[in-house]
Amino acid sequence: MKVAEKDVLVHCHHVTCAYGDVAVVNDVNFTLHRGEFAGIVGPSGSGKTTLLKAVLGSIKPVHGSIDMLKGLRLGYVPQVESVDWNFPVTVLEVIVMTRGEKKWWPRITTAERAAAEDVLVQLGLGGLSGRHIRELSGGQQQRVFVARALFHTPDILVLDEPTSGVDVRTRHEVLHLLADLHDAGMSVLLTTHDLNGLAAHLPRLICLNKEIVADGSPREVLVPDVLEKLYGAPMHVLEHGGMPVVLDHSENPMVGRFGGKAV
Amino acid sequence: MHSSIVYALSLGEPYGFQFFRNGTLVALIAGGLCGLLGVFVVLRGMSYIGHGLSHAVFGGAAASAVMNFNYFIGAGIWGVVSGVLIGRIARRRIIGADAAIGVVTTASFALGLALLNRYGQAKRSIEAVLFGSVLGVKNSDIIAVLVVAVLATVVIVLGYRKFLFSTFDPEVAEVSGVKVSLMEAALMVMLSLTILVTMRVIGTLLISALLVIPAATARMLTNRFSRMLWISPLIGAASAFLGMNVAYHTNTSASAMIILVGAAAFTCVYFGSGVRGRRRMASFGHL
Repeated sequence: MKVAEKDVLVHCHHVTCAYGDVAVVNDVNFTLHRGEFAGIVGPSGSGKTTLLKAVLGSIKPVHGSIDMLKGLRLGYVPQVESVDWNFPVTVLEVIVMTRGEKKWWPRITTAERAAAEDVLVQLGLGGLSGRHIRELSGGQQQRVFVARALFHTPDILVLDEPTSGVDVRTRHEVLHLLADLHDAGMSVLLTTHDLNGLAAHLPRLICLNKEIVADGSPREVLVPDVLEKLYGAPMHVLEHGGMPVVLDHSENPMVGRFGGKAV
Repeated sequence: MHSSIVYALSLGEPYGFQFFRNGTLVALIAGGLCGLLGVFVVLRGMSYIGHGLSHAVFGGAAASAVMNFNYFIGAGIWGVVSGVLIGRIARRRIIGADAAIGVVTTASFALGLALLNRYGQAKRSIEAVLFGSVLGVKNSDIIAVLVVAVLATVVIVLGYRKFLFSTFDPEVAEVSGVKVSLMEAALMVMLSLTILVTMRVIGTLLISALLVIPAATARMLTNRFSRMLWISPLIGAASAFLGMNVAYHTNTSASAMIILVGAAAFTCVYFGSGVRGRRRMASFGHL
């Protein structure tokens, strides 16, 4: 099926990124269409974040090209761990930061306040606009940064390790939030190393270990062959509730006891 | 009754002197300006850069004094050259930026000291740059500090959100279309100009304190960047004004008193604001 060109948001064409002489991402090709929900998965140092930064435009590929839809608006959500939670800003200030319209006086306008409040209510953060960012729970903190990205009215939401450094409850919140946004038509691209907690729930996974090892649905790519190529170690995959569950110890003595069936 | 009138009169006494009026005016503006730029210095962890810049500029100020060259031009050029040198050394990545700043600025400072020893006739004006002096405040100093203060205020108000965004979250700011390197360069230029025009009043050795104390105090008082931007200059200006008056009546160094008043305010707020304020301080790991 030929997809209309206007639906191609990002197209990576033989992209290679390097720091000095060392290639971190090698000859990567993938296309992301409007409405997709894709995750780049791979071990630490596999080039996930580098590839994401190349898509964001903050790193220039040494070879290849990245084509974007003309006028594509990116909403970027950084890792929670990279945020300075002691910085003196309130939720409202964080959210309106992205709008830098030419105004001689920096005050937040009534219209901006109302628009920000709408986004906050949409994400279940209503009434928190005056709070300092430190005074929020883990899930709320993550959602504030999603709200900031959404306030920028993006065509695509880009998240770097949205579940790293967060607890189980927050991980669930983040996953549900992203699923809801995707259902409402938002395109999402994220990186993760959390195979069971996040990756297995996404419609599309791009498995990256410097180069693309596999690209497809979790059922297609979360298989022992691909995982061994990806992580360089044998891994077992079980099935639970119709979803693949990856065990990261190949000789896990617990496998037999739980009666799990290795795929 | 009688004694309180005498006391009130004596409080007004220094204002009979032109030098004191000029000195207080310059100190007031300098305190506000340092408080304003200090917000960025403190939040970006640049206090060491402020410290280094003032020491580097000292070398240029000393050389200008010895050669009878205009202070603003001489020390200004020297400051820019030092900045470029620091950048070049740090870019080679063999040593860190902090070490590069240490090498360049202390060498520059040492050169200033050597000139001070060798050429005694310029000693007074060199000493003024080192410790600060309100006695020698000229009209050109008032104009210079006023121009920089107005310029910095206008630039920061106009670029408020971009400065906030690139200070809080440079990576995302860049992705969202903010020219982060331009904002950083603008801050560096404003910081250099601030040091240049306030150094003769406050002094090389104390200027970095005035860049840090008001902003750190303001940080404990508020959780909002926008409020910090006016509380910090207010504390800076108030410290400068009070410090000048205390210095006159106690016959001590004006710049030292300005810093001491600021430090006293910091201490009061530190203990007065309790655990909450101190927790806010925890963000300044570099102080």
